[in-house]
Amino acid sequence: MRRRIEMGFRLDLLVFTLAVLTAPALSDLIISKVDRRIDLTSQIVRITSTLKVENAGSEVVSEVLLAFPEVQAKNLAHLVATTSDGKGKVKSSAVSLPIKVVNPKGMPAALIFYAVSLPKGLGKGDSFTFDVFAVFTHALRPFPEKITQADIQLVVFQDSAHYLTPYIVKVQSLSVKLPEARIESYTKIENTKIHGSEIKYGPYENLPSFSYSPIVAHFESNQPFAVAEELVREIEISHWGNVQITEHYKLVHGGAQSKGEFSRLDFQARPSIRGASAFRNLLARLPPRAHSVYYRDEIGNISTSNLRSDSKKTELLIEPRYPMFGGWKTAFTIGYGLPLNDFLFASEGKRFLNITFGSPMNELIIDILIVKVVLPEGSTDISVSAPFPIEQSQETKVSHLDIAGRPVAVLQKTNVVPELNQYFQVHYKFNSLSMLREPLMLIVGFFCLFVAGIVCMHVDMSISKSSPSYLARLQWEEVLATIQQVQNIVNRCLTTHDKLEASLRDLSRTGDVQACKATRKSADALLKEVSKELKPLLAFLQSSSTAAQILPKVEELVTKEKELQEKVMAKHSTVVDCYEKKTGVRDIESRIALQQLKITALRQEVDNLLDIIDEI
Amino acid sequence: MVGKTEPVNGSVKQAAMSSSSSNPSRSDLLSSTFSLKSLKLKTKQQELLIRVSILCLVYILAFITRLFSVLRYESMIHEFDPYFNYRTTLFLTQKGFYEFWNWFDSESWYPLGRIIGGTLYPGLMVTAALIYWTLRLLRFAVHIREVCVLTAPFFASNTTLVAYFFGKEIWDSGAGLVAAALIAICPGYISRSVAGSYDNEGVAIFALLLTFYLFVKAVNTGSLAWALASAFGYFYMVSAWGGYVFIINLIPLYVLVLLITGRYSMRLYVAYNCMYVLGMLLAMQIRFVGFQHVQSGEHMAAMGVFFLMQVFYFLDWVKYMLSDTKMFQDFLRITVTCAVVAGAIALGVGTASGYISPWTGRFYSLLDPTYAKDHIPIIASVSEHQPTAWSSFMFDFHILLFLFPAGLYFCFKRLSDATIFIVMYGLTSMYFAGVMVRLILVATPAVCLISAIAVSATIKNLTSLIRTKSKTALTTSTKGSSGSKASSKASLDQSQPFQKNGAIALLFGAFYLLSRYVSHCTWVTSEAYSSPSIVLAARGAHGRVIFDDYREAYFWLRQNTPPDAKVMSWWDYGYQITAMGNRTVIVDNNTWNNTHIATVGRAMSSYEDEAYEIMRSLDVDYVLVVFGGVTGYSSDDINKFLWMVRIGGGVFPVIKEHDYLVNGEYRVDKGAAPKMLNCLMYKLSYYRFGELVTEYGKPSGYDRARGVEIGNKDIKLEYLEEAFTTSNWIVRIYKVKPPKNRW
Repeated sequence: MRRRIEMGFRLDLLVFTLAVLTAPALSDLIISKVDRRIDLTSQIVRITSTLKVENAGSEVVSEVLLAFPEVQAKNLAHLVATTSDGKGKVKSSAVSLPIKVVNPKGMPAALIFYAVSLPKGLGKGDSFTFDVFAVFTHALRPFPEKITQADIQLVVFQDSAHYLTPYIVKVQSLSVKLPEARIESYTKIENTKIHGSEIKYGPYENLPSFSYSPIVAHFESNQPFAVAEELVREIEISHWGNVQITEHYKLVHGGAQSKGEFSRLDFQARPSIRGASAFRNLLARLPPRAHSVYYRDEIGNISTSNLRSDSKKTELLIEPRYPMFGGWKTAFTIGYGLPLNDFLFASEGKRFLNITFGSPMNELIIDILIVKVVLPEGSTDISVSAPFPIEQSQETKVSHLDIAGRPVAVLQKTNVVPELNQYFQVHYKFNSLSMLREPLMLIVGFFCLFVAGIVCMHVDMSISKSSPSYLARLQWEEVLATIQQVQNIVNRCLTTHDKLEASLRDLSRTGDVQACKATRKSADALLKEVSKELKPLLAFLQSSSTAAQILPKVEELVTKEKELQEKVMAKHSTVVDCYEKKTGVRDIESRIALQQLKITALRQEVDNLLDIIDEI
Repeated sequence: MVGKTEPVNGSVKQAAMSSSSSNPSRSDLLSSTFSLKSLKLKTKQQELLIRVSILCLVYILAFITRLFSVLRYESMIHEFDPYFNYRTTLFLTQKGFYEFWNWFDSESWYPLGRIIGGTLYPGLMVTAALIYWTLRLLRFAVHIREVCVLTAPFFASNTTLVAYFFGKEIWDSGAGLVAAALIAICPGYISRSVAGSYDNEGVAIFALLLTFYLFVKAVNTGSLAWALASAFGYFYMVSAWGGYVFIINLIPLYVLVLLITGRYSMRLYVAYNCMYVLGMLLAMQIRFVGFQHVQSGEHMAAMGVFFLMQVFYFLDWVKYMLSDTKMFQDFLRITVTCAVVAGAIALGVGTASGYISPWTGRFYSLLDPTYAKDHIPIIASVSEHQPTAWSSFMFDFHILLFLFPAGLYFCFKRLSDATIFIVMYGLTSMYFAGVMVRLILVATPAVCLISAIAVSATIKNLTSLIRTKSKTALTTSTKGSSGSKASSKASLDQSQPFQKNGAIALLFGAFYLLSRYVSHCTWVTSEAYSSPSIVLAARGAHGRVIFDDYREAYFWLRQNTPPDAKVMSWWDYGYQITAMGNRTVIVDNNTWNNTHIATVGRAMSSYEDEAYEIMRSLDVDYVLVVFGGVTGYSSDDINKFLWMVRIGGGVFPVIKEHDYLVNGEYRVDKGAAPKMLNCLMYKLSYYRFGELVTEYGKPSGYDRARGVEIGNKDIKLEYLEEAFTTSNWIVRIYKVKPPKNRW
């Protein structure tokens, strides 16, 4: 099995070397030392190379070319070259060097070249040391491509034992770090050593440019091969204090396809053997202070997740609905809110959002990443700055209470690895007053609703002003209004009576007959006036046919009230007379006792009648 | 008489007379609201304020009590049928109305397909879509799922309003308020209208009650406008639920009763004719109903009564024209005989010629509870079509069950057109509720209204007793009819010393009962009716354990099978598989083709090789079975299996029920019938189950749902292979292997 792969590779190589042999030497640079470390412990292949270049020619050289075979280059997700500043081995002050794709003439077509610009040109005999860090996705190929549940997952990695470069390399070495598991096979050439799970090639000395010696490692890897075929991250800014992030994943297990039966029994009984290549969960490291975290998919909430948070980080452990076997797919959405002031800043009259680009998931390859930054409605002057090239476009999104829609900056990048999880900035202008627009809209909306309600209640909507039912209603309303007036008048009378009673009480306390008489006089005038007012109202009620049912009650009320009035007056005059004649208090009481009884009874009746009329 | 406050069509006199009327007139309200000098509210205004606030509270209560399911679980669609409704609503909102109307669904009933637009009641979907579009128009970016989940509670709230007006129409506003409160929390209604229960019944009960209310209003007023409104209410009902047949039979029955009891009036004539003619024309616009409305047996009663009304009217006119009573008697005899004979002949000819279709099986099964069991196993197999047990009456109605007869007593005491209607509605729907469990739903509004009359009348009597006693005997003026009776009774029974105390005690008793009702309803809602049945929950050692196996399986289907894969399962899961799994199914919950379902039943109950032939002929790629043996989930396919056998055997006589039984007993253990132990369903359910230890101290292969050790532990599958089994084994999916190479 292994032989077949290698054979295939040899053939590739033959074509390749033919092309290489014809290539001329590029410049007088030589690489005095290369150390390469390939990390294969996860599905993402990371190659760190430390290069020491030396200018053997006379011309000043300011660029170093890095060569990758086309097959590898299309999987290249991330490439940086860094140099330790100064001679001291202070790694912290690493400076990254600019890299660009170049297409130098006369080079073999199967190679892609990247040029690293050196901080300053190398003169004759100068040397310079820098690190190149390259990250590749999909570089591990499952072999065999289809496995059953009981099989372990084997993957193949191919590279060259010799550093592929257009320069002459003096000394070089390579170490390949494999996961701590079974190694099926690896290419043995001269100077190959294996040390635990690490394979070492080299050192090799004085190799010509473009020397290539293919190596293949075939080993077991049960790391989660989680590949997001597409990830849409939506970052929505609300100036009310929240950054809402919604991430839609379309996940696939990128390892060996599973074939044959899936047995839950086996998987449950011995998950590490029957289902070793499957992964059950994913870990997302969310920013600290993340809140309102949710995890769901198209058909609802997924209850298998776990959230741990402390002041430094929030860890979300999510478990897909089913264990992910090779080739199985799933799709889900996670969402969380972040405090605005951790991510939004202002500078030079503009605001800018400073937030990470990639997914918070651990060791996840993203084939297509689309980041949508939804800015508040009314934002202008939108610009994006990112540490690496991204496709940009703009669209609008209509959300809650939007009129024109919110501007959305759409960023797209393919082949994303966790190393690209860097901060990027979106600058925009936004007037804080616009924040009030939506609440105001709501207020105005409700106000209009209530106004409409009030208008509806009070506007006469009837079409025919002469229809009998309409007239009847009008009449009825009039009758009710009149009755209301009558009631008001009766109530006024009753208050007058109360006043008279009060004056009597004053009289008994102070003995001031004159004041009492004055009250009486004013009350008399008032009552007279009132009875005058009452007359047209009663006449109207009598004339109206609709009031026929209610009329007897009203009339009864009026007569009772009259009676009550007379009694009260009589009582009042009796008491006042008595006081003028200086009769004893007891005498007065005995005199008015009977009257008092009648008054109370009448008062009760009047009240009852008022209640009854009220209830209509 | 009925307390009417709006003087419509010259009924002012009535309104003025009625003592219990309550609506304050507008001008009165105005003048008093704007007069600042008297801040104290008038009695009338206080009453209005209390009434409106009670109604508002009841409205909110009805909504929030149905949100238990969202709190306990999540905002999701429940059960089976709602998934179909959700799927169609989604389609409607995405593709528009015309696409929806012409939708041919090839994802169900493979290879037949289903014309969705012509075989559903679109009312629910259109309602939800309209709410959705309105919210979108108002710039509320809601998801259609949220709208669907909350449609039923929203309409339940609206139903409380209708119940209030209905109660007010048949009794008084007090009864209306009580009815609104009772129906807001009645478990019989909640069972079908919790949040997420996105089913036709959710809006249909609202439409039903609205139609009835408007019709009673039309009969009471004789107004063409109300009759028109009730025709539209009927149209909405027809568009929403097949239960409209109940309306179109109850209303003619009611009219007939009024005619027989001599309560024929012009009001009735106007109301019924307008409602029937317009309602019929409108109902025929629904494609699923169409010409059935004039051709099928279930609708003939309405038409017969319609013609009878014309005869009545004609006779009335003749009577008016003829002064001679003897001549009229003769004429009457001749006309009635002719009409009856003509009607009978028309019916006979229509039925014989096939123009009038006979009653459907479902209708028969309503009239005769044993019919379905003997003739239509597919109807009898559904648990909600079983006759109702007493316990579930008690569970769903609680005290209303006792208040219902009391309410009937009050209705008979004050008989009017409206109370006759509610009595008839109550009695017929109670009968149907006894026939089928799910029809408790239809009876609920009637039971609530009639009970509300009982509660309201009793409490009113008791309170007026207390109030009149508390006032001194001076008052001779009376308050209302009930008050007058009470006070006159009071003056009679003045010698009894404990009357007031007795009244207070009874009042407390009534409030105690009502409070028990409230707590019962809340308990039932939270414990029994708020489970989505997609997600199962059990109490475990560490709190609640959730079994989300259904969605696990459906999502697996959705993601990891080819998009055109055909899935065979028992019909219960059809809607869910198409909605959540997005895959084609052979049969689903719309049980329109009995033969197709029987074919699946036959496949499930055959040996594997026979079943393979059937599955090959149906292009089946995956088979899905539900199995509760690991978790003890009892409504799984093994327990439903006998119905598959019966339905399959009903069409294919090769399947015989007794092959699967041992001495008439259904077993899965060692003593089971050999055919049972080797049929496809058994194999698929118990494949490799024999190796699993489910419970400590029990042998391997111990089925927890049935409490036995299974009889066939060594199951080999030849034509199928296990494709997926969910974490608790509730759903098992098998892949049908392609045919073997011949060489």
